[in-house]
Order: sequence, then C-alpha cells, then structure tokens
Amino acid sequence: MPLGSDPSALLRIGCGSGFSGDRLDAPGPVADALIASGGPAALMLEVLGERTLALAQRERLHKPEAGFEPALLDLLRPILGRCAAAGIPIVTNGGAANPRGAAMAALHLARELGLPALRVAVVEGDDIRGTGALSDLDPWEGDAGAVLEPERVIAANVYLGAAPITEALRRGADLVITGRCSDPALALGPMLAHFGWSETDWDRLAAGTMAGHLLECGAQVTGGYFADPGVKDIPSMATLGFPIAEIGADGAVLITKPENTGGRVDRRSVTEQLLYELHDPAAYLTPDVVLDITGVAITEEAPDRVRLAGARGHPRPERLKATVSLPGGWLGEGEISYAGPNARARAELAGRTLLERLRHLGLEGQARLDLIGVVSVFDGDGGALREANATSPGDVRLRLAFASESRAAAERAAREVLSLYCCGPAGGGGVRSRVTDRIRTLSFLVPRARLAPRVTLLSLEDAA
Amino acid sequence: MSAVPLHRLAHARAGDKGNRLNLALIAHRAEDWPLLAEQVTEARVLALFAHRGATAVRRYDLPGLRAFNFVVEDVLQGGVNGALNLDGHGKTLSFLLLGLEVALPEAAG
Repeated sequence: MPLGSDPSALLRIGCGSGFSGDRLDAPGPVADALIASGGPAALMLEVLGERTLALAQRERLHKPEAGFEPALLDLLRPILGRCAAAGIPIVTNGGAANPRGAAMAALHLARELGLPALRVAVVEGDDIRGTGALSDLDPWEGDAGAVLEPERVIAANVYLGAAPITEALRRGADLVITGRCSDPALALGPMLAHFGWSETDWDRLAAGTMAGHLLECGAQVTGGYFADPGVKDIPSMATLGFPIAEIGADGAVLITKPENTGGRVDRRSVTEQLLYELHDPAAYLTPDVVLDITGVAITEEAPDRVRLAGARGHPRPERLKATVSLPGGWLGEGEISYAGPNARARAELAGRTLLERLRHLGLEGQARLDLIGVVSVFDGDGGALREANATSPGDVRLRLAFASESRAAAERAAREVLSLYCCGPAGGGGVRSRVTDRIRTLSFLVPRARLAPRVTLLSLEDAA
Repeated sequence: MSAVPLHRLAHARAGDKGNRLNLALIAHRAEDWPLLAEQVTEARVLALFAHRGATAVRRYDLPGLRAFNFVVEDVLQGGVNGALNLDGHGKTLSFLLLGLEVALPEAAG
C-alpha cells in the first residue's frame, strides 16, 4: 500500500542498517516482515558516520564516480526488487559525499535486476563547501573556540531534516538517497509523507523523531551493544533481528522486530537506546524538532513489543549543525606479543625500550602504550580460546600508538615496534603495525536560511 | 553497609559526540533509583574519569525511566578522530562507570 493512500493506517518503518559496517544480511528479514504486514511501510538504511563522509570525500577526489557508501549496493541487492514490488520505499543516507553517484549505481543495479522503472531520488544541498554558508558558521558549544581555516576543509556537511525526503517520497521515489541528514529524518520523512503531519505539529514530530532515534542504530535497540552474560542475556546474537517501529497517525510509537530472529526488544534495550548519544534529555536538537523525552513512559505490551508514549516537542532550532572535517595528522600503531613466564615484565621492558627509542630518534608527537591480553599466541586455531596451562602465566600484547603531524614520524614509530623482533626482549612475536591518516571533525551551527536542499528524481536515461 | 559495584544494581550505555561522552545509567529495579541518585553523584563520576582529563560532569535525572544521563566533558582524549586510545569512541566506558562502588543498606544487600 503506497504511503499516504490511507493516512489513518498504521505505518511500519524498518531499519536494515545502523552504521557503515553493519551486517550486510540484516535488511532481508526486516523487508520480509514489512512486506508480510501488507500495510504501508518504509525501510531505512543508516550507513553514514561522522568521519565516513570525509573519507568518502577524499575517495571522490581520486575517483569522481565514487564517494558513496561502498556497501550500499550489497545492502540493496537482496531487497530492492521485492521492496519496490510491494510499494515499500527505501530511504538511505548512503549517498555520503556523492548521492548522485550512488543513485547512478543504484539505477544500474536496478537494470541488472530487471527493474527498469525504479524511481530513484537524490537529496542534495547538505554539502556546503564552496557556498556562502561556510563563512557564516559559529562553533557548536562542544567545540567552543574552534577556528575554521576554509582552505583546509575536506568536507563540510549540514544535517538536513526530513522535508526533502518527504518531498522525494511524495514525488513517487522507490529509493531515496541522501548525503548528510539527521539519522531520525530517515524515519520521519516517510512518516510525514504518509500521515501528512504539519511541520509545526511539534508533539507528533517529536514522537516520530523519537521512533527514528530508536531505529537509527539498528540492532542497538534489539539486543546489540547490550548483552552482558548473566545480567542481560540475549538470545541468538548471530541472527539479531533489526528493529521495526509501528507508528500511529496520532504519533503512537511501538518498537518490535521480525519474528524468528534473534535478539530481544524489552524495556531495558529500549531505555538504553532512547538515551544513546543524548545530552539534555529535555532538549534533543534535531533539524525538525527539539525533542523532550523526560516524560516518556515505556511499556512492555508483549514479548518483543515495547510501547513508548509521552514524547514532547518544541519548535525546531533556527540553526542547523554542520560537521566540518579537517586533516588530523597521522597515527602510527604497532603491537607485539609476549607470553608465558615473565611475559608482563618482558612486555613492559619492550614498552620502555620503545619510548626511549622515540626520544632517541627525536620524533615529534604523542605516544601511548597499552598492555592487552588474555588468550592468544599460545592457543590453537578455531576460536576455542583455551587459556594455556598453569606454567605459562600471561599472554600480554604491547601496543604503541603514536600521533604526529608528520607522516614520516608516525611511520618510523610503527617501524620501531617491528624492530623489536631482533632488538627487543626475549620471545617477542606477532607484530602487526599500521599507519593511518586522520581526520579531525568539528561541529558548527549554520543559519537555516543559508541552505537550499534540493530533490531530483533520476531515471535510467540519466544513467546512460 | 556493604559495598557492591554499580553493575549489581544498574546497566549502562555509552555514546559519544566529539570529545563529549554520555553515559546512560539505568537501574534494574525502580526501587533502587533513589539509592543511585544519592550515591552516583556528578562529583564521584567526575573523579572516576579525572585520569582521562574529564573537566565537568552534568547529571540529568529521569526517574520515570529509572535512569540518569551523565554528560562528561573532554573525556575522550580527542574523540574518535584524535585519541591514541584503542577505543576512541569511549564505547567501553559504560563499564568503567559500572565498576563504581555503591554502599547497600544491610537489609537490601
């Protein structure tokens, strides 16, 4: 049933991905459950982290058609056809630094799958590099005092709200691809398209945003990032069901998950996710509404069915948050293991030796050491995690981390861990090292009037 | 009085935004919320994270959810993009909080 054809009907919104890196087979059971329900529904895929966008922007520099979520097609392939056939739109922020490139790739996938009529919409306007908005930013309170050097900016993206997603759905999109937008907007957009709530109906927008917030991290509300053996046990972590919200026209919210999947939805899992990444619970700022959850009541209606009521909304903020990414120097890391008698002392000697070496070489940067370990180098393969016998106390892995503005210094520090094979304490083995370039992100506030979000529907002709 | 780790009475989840950490602390039983309110103070949580450079803690009380939300400033050593720590997000830090000791009245132990 298309969104909006009967606005009094319950709307189901499923979430098939909670971050870039989530389980690729998660959307399938969610799509199946939405289709089986027979009612109006939408499926969201949240795949865009704070730094993902900057990495994508860098990738696009080398490869203009890239810069969107690399796993997007893998997520879409198993579900695109059956969701389109059932009239269930998919909404994703997997466009990252290149929503148009993602749409082109999705259209090619659609052709390959025999879906030539698939309607794909892109939402653009979150990228504010090269616009006047970049010169009209104030630091967000958490980054007070931050100064922006525009010429160093790798990525600068505003968190857009639900309105462009709603517009795309009203124009008939089967797949909506955005860049940066608030995560709850991926759920709120379909709600506005279906129910036609006014953009100043703050309490309903708050309820919808709360539902989106509960969905946005996928399994984090159904037993992921939650299990604590003997305290909070979760059935079948290997087949966690991803969440589905059932939304009423009046803003009623119920969180559940597909049948015959692992995980659990209960008061505790829902409470943890409700408060996740929240600061003032009376004023959770989103582009669409300021959400107040202080009066929310949580009720377990049935196994894996939890109702939330009492979200309050206040007028949306006049300024929107923008994440700006800048080069953040280099990180060199190296690890080496010691096990058996006197392992800890040998690992600590290795650590002291490394710090002396860094000083001796005059490397500019900041160092850190860690001692890690329970079971590793003495054990067999296969994941048994057998602790070695009593005569071999200890399995210690020394880690060096070294941050520097200089790539050469970070590489040299990592190499010093490798050099411990021949120059370090007895029985050192299993060195791994890597050097990564880092991205620093800062948050700023930008006036709404500076932004011009736009929606474009694309077809295979555009992809030709 | 007997002392137990907070882990006995509550569960928790950590979230990050930049160099700021939020810790949701939730009582397993509604009746334990007042005891947590009395003992898990902003000052004690700040002391718990002081070695990591935390500068301030704000506690928001949510009795209807059996919960508290602690917002800890400057505790993530630069955050996911800047920290040398393996866990730049601070995702593990909910269990640092759950190691905090609370005193139980004998009858409730």
